[in-house]
Amino acid sequence: MNVEVRPVVPLASSSVGALAAMKGVFSRDMKVAFRQRQDLLNPLLFFIMVVTLFPLGVSPEASFLREAGAGILWVAALLSVLLSLDHLFRHDFDDGTLEQLVLQPQPLFLLILAKTMAHWMLTGLPLVILTPVLGVMVHLDGNSIAVLCLTLLIGTPVLSLIGAIGAALTLGLRSAGVLLSLLIIPLYIPVLIFGTGTVAAAAEGASVGAYLALMGAFLMLALTLAPFAAAAALRISLSNG
Amino acid sequence: MRSAHRPDYGALMSEPLLQAVNLQCERDKRILFRELSFSILPGTVTRVEGPNGSGKTTLLRMLAGLNDAWTGELNWCGSSIANQREVFLRNMLYLGHRPGIKPLLTPMENLRALMAGRRPVSDAVLRQALQGTGLSGFEDVPCRNLSAGQQRRVALARLLIADEPLWLLDEVFTAIDADGVTALEALLQQRAAEGGAVLVTTHHDLALPGMQRLTLGAGGVTDER
Repeated sequence: MNVEVRPVVPLASSSVGALAAMKGVFSRDMKVAFRQRQDLLNPLLFFIMVVTLFPLGVSPEASFLREAGAGILWVAALLSVLLSLDHLFRHDFDDGTLEQLVLQPQPLFLLILAKTMAHWMLTGLPLVILTPVLGVMVHLDGNSIAVLCLTLLIGTPVLSLIGAIGAALTLGLRSAGVLLSLLIIPLYIPVLIFGTGTVAAAAEGASVGAYLALMGAFLMLALTLAPFAAAAALRISLSNG
Repeated sequence: MRSAHRPDYGALMSEPLLQAVNLQCERDKRILFRELSFSILPGTVTRVEGPNGSGKTTLLRMLAGLNDAWTGELNWCGSSIANQREVFLRNMLYLGHRPGIKPLLTPMENLRALMAGRRPVSDAVLRQALQGTGLSGFEDVPCRNLSAGQQRRVALARLLIADEPLWLLDEVFTAIDADGVTALEALLQQRAAEGGAVLVTTHHDLALPGMQRLTLGAGGVTDER
């Protein structure tokens, strides 16, 4: 039954680099997502629906939309990322692949970073790509749309990274939705304020360099700290599960 | 390759791979076991026994490092696991209740993903492993179209290519048919003969020659050697 000779000698270290392991995690998540396309579409549809309902529900006046448009798009993007977070680890937890992920002889935070990157590519990035179309719909001018896209491009990875901490923490709970939102939204608020603030500054013709630099700082902070926090949270959740 | 490793073999046989000293585990304010000490030597199959709820799964999860709610000492090759986590993980293979198989992916894709962080394995070897577990013809069928037993077999295919010296197998005989059980028993025995160490929990009537038993139970722990 054996297919190859296996030396039974304690091994010194992993024979695969962390980068290859990250690639494995990333490509598996992408494959799973593309075989379950309706899950991919949900956050996008939500994003489009919220943005289209606003003019109908509040006011279709161009002057109102021009002023509120960036805020509407940012809030809609934030909520649709929030909506998709519960799936980040949940399916993996249920089918046992998360256990095997944690047991890989690799630094866990790097594997989580790869998972979060896949999550962003599947939720945040499509939102950024859709933004110009919806931006035109809410009467934003070209410059504002460009700045809005840029802030979302920097901001949505932060949402995914912070969200990973919350998703990992609430993994052991049966209905995590509300608690996840309560944990995560306070941390999302600064990103939202600076995201919309940048667009407002651009609309007034002010320089946006400082705003963008701050958002970049958020991203760096999230990139370096969130994977560690999510890894620790994941271990706790698995230990109780 | 095997002969090259022979010289190490004799020295290793005498030293325990895994050593547990005074383990105590509490779950939901109930002590599952206390003062549990044992060592796992290379070349042994150990069956962890006990009634339902006696902590068999918890013990294996503890040993694998998935459960942190315990006190005591766990050593790998003589030094504490806590100080050499990645080395230990490279040497240990854990199969739990949940098979770790993505229903949307094919057996090949699943195996590839499971091996990605461990060591490079060619597709030919993976295919061979799947054939070895009786899944030839199903290599590229999404796992959700396979039966529960076949999904288990995908996870078990890892055993055919695993080079980890320590295997922790939790209820691996679940949903496996009679032929599969016989093959798996033979595999465990062969692994022990190669010098590997296997810890297994099962409600299946497993009796391999030379098998050791580690009994957990309400009346404390006995280690029958």
